[in-house]
Amino acid sequence: MRARVLIRPKQGILDPQGVAVERALPALGFAGVGNVHVGRLVELDVQDASQLQPMCEKLLANPLVEDFEVELLG
Amino acid sequence: MKCGVLQFPGSCDEVDALQAAERVGEAELIWHGDRDLRGADAIVVPGGFSYGDYLRAGAIARFAPAMESVIEFAREGGLVLGICNGFQVLCEARLLPGALLVNANRRFTFRQLDLEVLNAETSFTGACSAGDRLSIPAKHAWGRYYADEPTLAAMRERGQIVLRYAPGENFNGSLHDIAGVCNEAGNVFGLMPHPEHAIDELTGGSTDGLRIFESMRLAVEGARA
Repeated sequence: MRARVLIRPKQGILDPQGVAVERALPALGFAGVGNVHVGRLVELDVQDASQLQPMCEKLLANPLVEDFEVELLG
Repeated sequence: MKCGVLQFPGSCDEVDALQAAERVGEAELIWHGDRDLRGADAIVVPGGFSYGDYLRAGAIARFAPAMESVIEFAREGGLVLGICNGFQVLCEARLLPGALLVNANRRFTFRQLDLEVLNAETSFTGACSAGDRLSIPAKHAWGRYYADEPTLAAMRERGQIVLRYAPGENFNGSLHDIAGVCNEAGNVFGLMPHPEHAIDELTGGSTDGLRIFESMRLAVEGARA
């Protein structure tokens, strides 16, 4: 089974990459951009989807500073 | 004191750490795949880019066989010092509270800076006095210390915030200027700046880093006496 894990910095924690992108876009003429956050995407094949949650907690994300979301792609 | 210095693929400061530890006692390198800590009195998890820092700095190194032994060693009260990447590894291993995030300035930054000793009652700062300033280099891209406010308040209460950047020195954006923290039991300590690089006036800008290693020696020998 193909799965996709989206990992983002937790809200309220300074995200310097997001800030840099947010500043860069208006400089390129894209107006009205705000609240940009840059995260990480992990796609993987797994045999047992129930392992995804512990995988995220143990390795793929750091739950102290990141939120994650698991999507099953079928 | 016999010090074991871990070596991961991608470590780069293990030789300096070894030499710093040798100034105050014996020291040997321990390869990451080795579970045997060879009777070390203290462990140093050195700086560098363990396992390429893939995923997050320290996230993979934390599961190395040698780290499993270090986690056990720390739980039994053994002294563990984590420097830079080593600090990140100890946070990932949950031996220390909090996490290290990308610098607020987004850049790898190197500079000699002043640290203030907030707690001189630890096994890692016993050779210092509270309020002392240590001149030590820092060099990293992921050194912004973060923990949530309730955790920080509890740490402050218990004296776990051991070192902070002197005014104007906090280039990475660490909360409350935190540069070094210890665990609740006080036997695990991590800091982003590099005491092992400040053991020689010629190359280190000062010898202040030796005071961290000297403090560990005093703690180990004091416990033995």
